[in-house]
Amino acid sequence: MASVYQVTKEEIEAISGVNPLKCMRCGRCTATCPSFDNMEYHPHQFVAMVERGEIEKLVRSASVFKCMSCMACLERCPRQVQPAKLIEAVRLAVIRKQEANHLRPDDLPALVDEDLPQQAIVSAYRKFTK
Amino acid sequence: MVYSYFPGCTLKNKAKELDLCGRAALKALGISLEEIPEWQCCGGVYPLSHDEIAIRLSSIRALRYAKQHEQPLLTMCSACHNVIKQVNHDMASDEYIRTRANAYMAQEGYEPYAGEARVVHLLELLRDDVGYDKLKEAVRKPLTGRKIGAYYGCLLLRPSNVMEMDNAENPTIMEDLIRALGAEAVVYAQRNECCGGYLTLEDPQIPKQRAEVILRNAKASGAGMIVTACPLCFYNLKRHAAESGVEIRYLTEILAEALDVRGSEAEEV
Repeated sequence: MASVYQVTKEEIEAISGVNPLKCMRCGRCTATCPSFDNMEYHPHQFVAMVERGEIEKLVRSASVFKCMSCMACLERCPRQVQPAKLIEAVRLAVIRKQEANHLRPDDLPALVDEDLPQQAIVSAYRKFTK
Repeated sequence: MVYSYFPGCTLKNKAKELDLCGRAALKALGISLEEIPEWQCCGGVYPLSHDEIAIRLSSIRALRYAKQHEQPLLTMCSACHNVIKQVNHDMASDEYIRTRANAYMAQEGYEPYAGEARVVHLLELLRDDVGYDKLKEAVRKPLTGRKIGAYYGCLLLRPSNVMEMDNAENPTIMEDLIRALGAEAVVYAQRNECCGGYLTLEDPQIPKQRAEVILRNAKASGAGMIVTACPLCFYNLKRHAAESGVEIRYLTEILAEALDVRGSEAEEV
């Protein structure tokens, strides 16, 4: 089935530099994920689904925008699979498309308060916008 | 020793206390800083993608400056530290990234860079270069009786094979600093779990839930105060701290207070 996003497993592997075949399915990444409750697909599912080439379900899910990039899964993976890098690669595959930015300048005024550090805006732009 | 200092965007704005108190404390300890001229924002988050080169360049330019001046590159912000140290590691160890990034460096008229600079966070400077024993001797107003929990968050420790600051699951560098300043260090389980970070702009409920878990855990463990080196952790925790009664401060604030430079030299820097 051709994906409307036309993202292949090989592209995700090239963006991320990660080989999902290294995964031994222990689930520690998902067990340690602080964003577990916010995600439809969890870190171990990103790894398994990229390996199986089921990219389209991932690119259509809001889960890609719920990762905190805390690197807990990356640190605690006993096989150095680095699931966070696969989640980042899928998110990039989404926002690199034309008109696909997840955070727009017009969105900001409603989100910003007086104390919000510049770091938050810079980081969110890096994660959600191209 | 003189350090090339990379303050970063937030320390010049919303996190001025982190910068000013840190500078004042280092001045009192006889450490000289040279702010890197025309430093550029680190980007806030390390690019977890392997194929993005241009967003690594601001870090490489700062690193290049430190190398040229034969100075360690000093950071005080957790985010800047994480980004710059990881990019430095890329340049030392990843030929794909190094080759492409150095093509940009050549265009700017510079020699190839290969991760030669030493990147140190303020905490490492205090532990490794100054030494906590010497720091202890410099304390003029010990924080006796204070119960302070260190909040590491994510960025100081992970990934530990690159950051090499401390044990990622059982760190002691901040607790040892707190003790050197005369306070009691409160160890609690959530100190190295995420505050929710930039998701505050995606869904504020997520950092709210994270902050509540962290604050509840710190308070139950006896902490009256939490210290951090990250402006975003500071924001996410402070926003939800009122109910718990736990005070949120930058670690440089307690450092300056113990060295008794707060409010005097801090204003002059």
